[in-house]
Amino acid sequence: MASLAARNGGSRRDQRPLKKRLADASAPYLYSAPALILIVTVMLVPLVLGISYAFRDIQLLNPFSGGFIGLDHFKTLSQDQNFYRALKNTLWWTGWSVLLQFVFGLILALLLDKPFYGRAIVQALVFLPWAVPSFLAGLNWAWLFNPVVGPIPHWLFALGLMSEPYNILSDPQLSMWGPIIANVWWGIPFFAITLLAALQAIPRDLYEAASIDGAGPVQRFISITLPFLAPTIAITVLLRTVWISNFADLIIVMTNGGPADRSQIVASYIFTQAFKRLDFGYASAIALVLLVLLITYSMLIVVLRQWLLSKD
Amino acid sequence: MTAKRIASVVAHRLAILAYVAFALFPLYWLLKVSVTPNKLLYSEGIKMWPSRTSFEHFEFVLKHSDFPVFFKNSLIVSGSTAIIVTVLASLAGYAMSRFDFRGKYWIVTLMLLTQMFPLVMLVAPIFKILSPLGLTNSLTGLVIVYTAFNVPFATFLMQSFFDGIPKDLEEAAMIDGATQFVAFRQIILPLTLPGIAATLGFVFTAAWSELLFSLMLISGNDAATFPVGLLSFVSKFSVDFGQMMAAGVMALIPACLFFLLIQRYLVQGLTAGAVKG
Repeated sequence: MASLAARNGGSRRDQRPLKKRLADASAPYLYSAPALILIVTVMLVPLVLGISYAFRDIQLLNPFSGGFIGLDHFKTLSQDQNFYRALKNTLWWTGWSVLLQFVFGLILALLLDKPFYGRAIVQALVFLPWAVPSFLAGLNWAWLFNPVVGPIPHWLFALGLMSEPYNILSDPQLSMWGPIIANVWWGIPFFAITLLAALQAIPRDLYEAASIDGAGPVQRFISITLPFLAPTIAITVLLRTVWISNFADLIIVMTNGGPADRSQIVASYIFTQAFKRLDFGYASAIALVLLVLLITYSMLIVVLRQWLLSKD
Repeated sequence: MTAKRIASVVAHRLAILAYVAFALFPLYWLLKVSVTPNKLLYSEGIKMWPSRTSFEHFEFVLKHSDFPVFFKNSLIVSGSTAIIVTVLASLAGYAMSRFDFRGKYWIVTLMLLTQMFPLVMLVAPIFKILSPLGLTNSLTGLVIVYTAFNVPFATFLMQSFFDGIPKDLEEAAMIDGATQFVAFRQIILPLTLPGIAATLGFVFTAAWSELLFSLMLISGNDAATFPVGLLSFVSKFSVDFGQMMAAGVMALIPACLFFLLIQRYLVQGLTAGAVKG
C-alpha cells in the first residue's frame, strides 16, 4: 500500500497521512452517495424487477399468480392487434409532435432574437404553457375540443370544416390529433427556449461582416444561423424524440387511449395494462419491447454520430 | 425608415401577437368558464366573455369539495420533493463540478441513462415494492419516488451553476484552514443561491405536474394529490364544467408562481449549459 502510494505520488512523495488521503479520495463519493443510493433503489432495482416481470404471470388481483411463464407474454403480444396499432400511433404521435414543436419553436426563437419593446413580457407569456402541469394542459385542451363548453368545434363548423360541431376526441379517425395539438402547444416553449439560447450565443459581428459583404437576410440565415444552430437542433430533436415517444400524460388525460384504443401509444398502452387491468406481467412485457426499441434508436444515433465524425 | 422595413416590423409584431394569443388562449378560456355562472354556461357557450361573472364555482370548490385537501397534499409533496432534491443535487453536483475521480464517468452515465428510459416501465414494479412497505396511498411514498426521478436532472443543473463559480474562492478558504465541506457550505452555496432557487422551481413544477405515478400509487381521497383528485372529479361529475375549471385555475396558480420565479434563469441556465457542452 505504502509503496503503491509512493509510486502514485511520483517523484513528489505524498506527505499526507493515510487517514487524510483516504478521506480525500472518498470525498466525491460521499458527496454523491445520497443521490446515487436513491437512484439505484428507486430506479435501477425496479427496472431490473420490471424486466423479470415480463417473464412472469403477475396480476395484482390474483394471489395465485407470480409463477414464471417464459415467453408466453411475448407470444400473446405478437398477436395483439392493439399493440401494433399502438406502435404505429407512437410513430405518428412522436413524428408530428416533434416536427411541429420544432418548426414553431424555431420561428418563435427567431422572432424573440430581435430586440423590441416589451420583449421580456412577451417572452414570459409565450413560455407560460411550458409551466402548465401536463394533466391540466390535457384537460384544458379536452375542454376546448368539447362542443359543450369549448369553442373549437364551433369555429370549425363555422369555417365549414365540420358538418356539425362535434368532439374530435371521440372520432376514431381524428382522436390522435387532439393530444398532438395539445402537445405542440405545450412543447413549443421548450424548443424556443433552447434555440433562443443557442441563437444568442452566435457572435453578432459575424452578421455585420456578412451584411457588409452584401449578404441578404435569407443568405445570412442559411450560411450563419443554421450552421451555428445545427448541433443544438440535432441534440434537442433527438432527445425530445425519445422523451415524447414516452410521454403518455396527455393521451391518458384527453382520450384515455380511446375510442376503442385508436389513440393508444405504446407508453399509454403499458400504463392502461398496469393501471386498469392490473396485469403487471403483460405491462412489463410491452415495456421491455419499448425499451429494446428505444435502445436500438439510441444506438443508431450513436453510430450515426460516429460515422459523421469520422467523415470529417 | 423605408416602406419595406416598416412592413417587416409590422409582420414581426403580428407574428409575435399570434404566438401570444395561441399561448394564452387555452388559459384564458379556462379562466372564462370558471367565472361563468352555470345559467349562462350553455346559453352563452362560445361567447368570448359572459354577460355576467360570478365566483360561485370557486366558492363551491373551496367550501364543499375535497380540493383544498388535494391542494394541500400536492403542496406538501412538491415542496418536500423540491427541498430534498435540491439538497441531494447540490451535494452531488458539487462532486461532479469540483472533483476528478474514477467513478465519475459511471455516475454521469448512470444519471444520463435514467433520463432516457421510459419511466412508465417502473409503474408496476414500484407499486409492487412500495405496497408491502405501506408506502402506497401515502405522501411519503410519492416524495421518495419523485425525489429519485428528479435528482439526476437537478444534479446536472446544479453542476452547471457550480461550474460558473471560480475554484480559487474555496481554495483560498482552504489555505486559510477551512475544510472543503465548510468552504462549500459557507462560500460556494451562498454564491449559488440563484441556481438553488432555479432548481427548487424546476423540481417543484415537475413534481406538481406528475400524473402517472400519483394515479397508480394513490387511490383514496385522503392522500390524493391535485391531478388524482381533479381526474377523479372529472370522471365522476363530468357535467360540472364550471367547477372543474375553477379547480383547474387553482392547480395553475402555484405552477405559474414558480414559473415566474425561474423564468429569469431559463435562458441563462440553458446558455451556460450550451457553452459548456
